[in-house]
Amino acid sequence: MGQITLNQITKSFGDVQVIPPLDLRIDDGEFVVFVGPSGCGKSTLLRLIAGLEDITSGEINIDGKDATEVPPAKRGLAMVFQSYALYPHMSVRKNIAFPLRMAGLDKAEQDNKVEAAAKVLNLTDYLERRPGQLSGGQRQRVAIGRAIVREPAAFLFDEPLSNLDAALRVNMRLEISELHQTLETTMIYVTHDQVEAMTMADKIVVLQAGIIEQVGSPLELYHTPRNRFVAGFIGSPKMNFMMGAFSAEYDAATIGIRPEHISVSHTEGKWSGKVGVSEHLGSDTFLYVDVDGLEDPVTVRSTGEVAFRHGDAVHLTPDPEKIHRFDNQGLRMA
Amino acid sequence: MATQHSRSAARIMMAPAVILLLGWMLIPLTMTLVFSFKRYLPLRGGDLGWVGFENYVRFVSSSAFWPSVQTTLIIVGGVLVITIIFGILLSILLDQPMWGQGVVRILVIAPFFVMPTVSALVWKNMFMDPVNGLFAHLWKAFGAQPIEWLSDASLFSIILIVSWQWLPFATLILLTAIQSLDSEQLEAAEMDGAPPLSRFAYITLPHLSRAITIVLLIQTIFLLAIFAEIFVTTSGAFGTRTLTYLIYQRVLESQNVGLGSAGGVYAIILANIVAIFLMRIVGKNLDT
Repeated sequence: MGQITLNQITKSFGDVQVIPPLDLRIDDGEFVVFVGPSGCGKSTLLRLIAGLEDITSGEINIDGKDATEVPPAKRGLAMVFQSYALYPHMSVRKNIAFPLRMAGLDKAEQDNKVEAAAKVLNLTDYLERRPGQLSGGQRQRVAIGRAIVREPAAFLFDEPLSNLDAALRVNMRLEISELHQTLETTMIYVTHDQVEAMTMADKIVVLQAGIIEQVGSPLELYHTPRNRFVAGFIGSPKMNFMMGAFSAEYDAATIGIRPEHISVSHTEGKWSGKVGVSEHLGSDTFLYVDVDGLEDPVTVRSTGEVAFRHGDAVHLTPDPEKIHRFDNQGLRMA
Repeated sequence: MATQHSRSAARIMMAPAVILLLGWMLIPLTMTLVFSFKRYLPLRGGDLGWVGFENYVRFVSSSAFWPSVQTTLIIVGGVLVITIIFGILLSILLDQPMWGQGVVRILVIAPFFVMPTVSALVWKNMFMDPVNGLFAHLWKAFGAQPIEWLSDASLFSIILIVSWQWLPFATLILLTAIQSLDSEQLEAAEMDGAPPLSRFAYITLPHLSRAITIVLLIQTIFLLAIFAEIFVTTSGAFGTRTLTYLIYQRVLESQNVGLGSAGGVYAIILANIVAIFLMRIVGKNLDT
């Protein structure tokens, strides 16, 4: 079980309200990702759910019971911290066993659970080592192991991959997703990386300045962003935004078009411009095109084999089906 | 780029400092060793020649020797226990956010700036004096007979005075150690279901172990040599004669430099035994 409901919760530090009244429902077994730029309140929100920060007003329900005043240890949640927060003077075994020891389990039972968790996480050979003797990825797994043994109602991850290098991050991303498939436990995951959000989530919560901008599945957010912020935040490379004459044609204040929905040609097209930098990734090529009449270059995603050089004159054509229209408040127009 | 030439130049430039340092250490040490094998009575005939190990035998067989070693160890041990326990408590207290934190921290450190002689005299005359001392007034206020601190509880009084002086040092080092504790570790322990006392025992205390080791070692070195506090309060009477004080009495009061020097060599040996002993116990804390 791990069903969490946030009901009109707010959080203020002194006079500053970092979370305005906010409602959210997280269903049992869901993988929910909180994503947003730094300082948007996503970590604070996670800490409110964990109980590490007291909420200023509102109500948190876990599995139908009011948990607002329940101390962190009693909420049945386990957290994996950004710095892993392993206990440096204890061996991996003792680190993983710590919550069990605090719960007063007997030694044999502790050992069984630790061994089981170590097996799932490929840590069996490292049980007697200290955290200082492990690599970043292994430390991360120990931190997850410490969370697993408690058999929590939900896992909370606070930017767990931000201290790892790019290759390891992809690996751990897969491992965490795999773990979610195996355990089928609710997971709440905080990140500022929209790629992590898109790849792992069942449900993404996009936050900005403490306000939920949109909640939805990764593809919902990709196809029908509710406003300009979500449109610009989700998707890589970022969506191109155009105003003025470009958007007036579509009867909108701003139009947005994703780089992958623009076709590029030497000979003819809707907009003309000059190729600036082009990034060749092998599978794709990202072209940054300076379009006549636009200040910012337009990003175009093309196939890996295109041969455009810096300064070439090109013509761009957007896929009219895939143009997003926004009104002057930045909200999506139907 | 350390060429042959620059290396020898560096040696020459470092030489004055090294020679000064070695001279500073080696000359007094050698003189102590030389005197310890001599019968040397400055006011009663001066240098009376070599006597072999006679001074060493006499110093140890004196009835004052073992009690003085015991006193030394009691004072050092007592001060260490008090400063470390209260140092940990104070540093936890000072780590809490509070109004006027900066001023309070400076006040806590202040006793360390007071000279030992001065602080011992202040304690002796203002607090522990059986007639005019603050403690005497306090006792009288409750209708009790004032304690004659420096004669009835002499050893404890000295431990109290010295602890007061060294508490700031312990607090300061432990405070910096506590501040370097990752707050996420404490939060993780909180999520793991550890109540405050367990968090202290399993997270904070192990984190402090290295700082405690350092406090232990540094204080031991200095505490083995305390002198002024005893000199201005009890003058070694009422069972407060430490090894250091005994050596002082042999050299200056009995005017027997040879005997005192032998005592000095014993003090060096004792200090090293204690240091090795401490390193053994706490050495593993410094490894990790």
